[in-house]
Amino acid sequence: MAVKTAPTTIPPTTLVLRTNAGRRRSDSGARWVFRLAALSTFLITLLIIGILVVDAADFLRKLADTDDGLGSLFDIGWFPRRGIFDIGTLVVGTFIVTGIAMVIAVPLGLGAAIYLAEYARPKIRSICKPIIEVLAGIPSVVIGYFAIAFINPNIVVNLFSGANRAFTLLAAGIGVGILTIPIIASVAEDSLRAVPMALREASYGLGAQRHQTSFRVVVPAGISGIVAAFILGMSRAIGETMVVAIAAGAVGGGLFRLTPLEPGQTMTAAMAALGFGSDQVAGDDLAFQSLYFVGLLLFFMTFLLNFASDRLVARVREVY
Amino acid sequence: MAMSTPASVGGGAARNITEGLTNRSTNVRAKIIEAVLVLCLLLSMLILLVLIVDLIRRSWSVWTERPVDFLTAGLNSQNAAVAGVWQGIKGTLILMLIVAVVSFPLGIACAVYLEEYSSKSRFAKWTRINVRNLAGVPSIVYGLLGLAIFVKALDGVTSGKTVFAGGLTLAALVLPIVIITASEALRAVPRSIREGALGVGATEWETVRHHVLPSAAPGILTGTVLALARAAGEAAPILLVGAATGLLVTGSQSFFDQLTGSFTAMPAVIYSFARQPGEDFRAITAAASVVLLVLVLLMNGFAVWLRNRYERKW
Repeated sequence: MAVKTAPTTIPPTTLVLRTNAGRRRSDSGARWVFRLAALSTFLITLLIIGILVVDAADFLRKLADTDDGLGSLFDIGWFPRRGIFDIGTLVVGTFIVTGIAMVIAVPLGLGAAIYLAEYARPKIRSICKPIIEVLAGIPSVVIGYFAIAFINPNIVVNLFSGANRAFTLLAAGIGVGILTIPIIASVAEDSLRAVPMALREASYGLGAQRHQTSFRVVVPAGISGIVAAFILGMSRAIGETMVVAIAAGAVGGGLFRLTPLEPGQTMTAAMAALGFGSDQVAGDDLAFQSLYFVGLLLFFMTFLLNFASDRLVARVREVY
Repeated sequence: MAMSTPASVGGGAARNITEGLTNRSTNVRAKIIEAVLVLCLLLSMLILLVLIVDLIRRSWSVWTERPVDFLTAGLNSQNAAVAGVWQGIKGTLILMLIVAVVSFPLGIACAVYLEEYSSKSRFAKWTRINVRNLAGVPSIVYGLLGLAIFVKALDGVTSGKTVFAGGLTLAALVLPIVIITASEALRAVPRSIREGALGVGATEWETVRHHVLPSAAPGILTGTVLALARAAGEAAPILLVGAATGLLVTGSQSFFDQLTGSFTAMPAVIYSFARQPGEDFRAITAAASVVLLVLVLLMNGFAVWLRNRYERKW
């Protein structure tokens, strides 16, 4: 009978396979390795916050012991070697540079995004999008050099005759703006493309033209993603270091200035001036420790902006 | 029947639709709006063109007069005529090697945990939020991390301001990028492949090892190459952990001696040159920028090629 001639070696069932001790051991070993890898990302976050908070607190404690005390955080100007740490000077400089960058990057980035998402034929899009991505890949030192070698002498000085001929915050801001364009363009384009086709079809069905559909239907529908793109771009602009370190010009310290046509000091430029190079006194020196205080402020500002942008993008995903 | 003709929607609406489609004044406005949008896109691309043309034009004298000498000479912030980028190229290559060795296994392992082992758990959710936040931390803050941890706290391991400390700092910087891109590649692998493997009795580890990772490999590789290109272009973190910007004396040390001596890299070389006044330094800064751009753009191009060549539609 067929039943009696069944093969003597029974193929293992999945149950037998799964309960094999050796294979289960390597499986749980692998699981632990992967879990540790995931935990390491928390270690990095904790270390960043830890060193920033500890050293910034140390800086404040030491500063409180000096003759001027914590009041030197509000003296006018940023001259760390002379014990003047006006954080306002740096924050205003950062806002000027970021503002200029956004004036450049928001219209160009958003315009490019709307064109690529709503107007461009697939062929054009497949050529232009990689070019914008190349712009995103340009190292910021190169843009910094471009800002002092090209933007300042050829654009800023020609437009504003009173501008400083070597270093201006305006040239730095334009340079940062160039780096921000591809970020805004790609995040905004993603959010526009995530708007369901049905909304566009409904709009066309009512007789709307392409620009009406784009600006009255698609852009409002994708607005939270577009705002997220602006915020993310702003966060990058605030944290951008090399362009301002090269093109903004204030090396050892800086006066409190509101004009973008002169050299100026930003948070990141001040950190670069204190921390770069092999000749730094990397120790418990008060001036050097102010690096961590500025770093903590920078971390906090970009963290808030990134978090806001992240929430907005998450909302887009939930709606559609 | 009458209900389905457009006219029956109501005379007003039908007229509006017809008007919208034929009105000439809106067509003029439409053309202007489209022209402005095209202009935004063209301007963005024009900036790239101007940048590249300007760099090539400025560095032309270097490429015609001493191309080989420039690529093989050492760092020098005093005399532009003898300065070169060889130490920068070497430093950047060693940094990238360290970044690849440290951040790729760690990042891919983290992505595997997030996507394959506990994609819905609360721990995974928090890890994702944390990784996205880390990706947005300014690069100079990673420099502070490197200075405090890899240079000072781990001095015994890295011997201070060395290429090793710089490499670890950059590895921490690109880790979130590796995790995010690897996660996306893993997510693109269809469920059925995992179910097939699990269905015939494979453990989770075997499923990942033999089926999911190989299927996701092209996507993961693309992301890692992009992360490497990012690391190669970063200046702020390595300058903070002490990349040399003045004169770097390196004799005929062995490879391992170089890991423990002072170091420099292409972005640091450019920063060093860019701060020097004078036209001759302008030329070699542009030339060094061209070298770095070629390196970074080649890697980006390779990543795009990989993506197009091996992209699979499931």
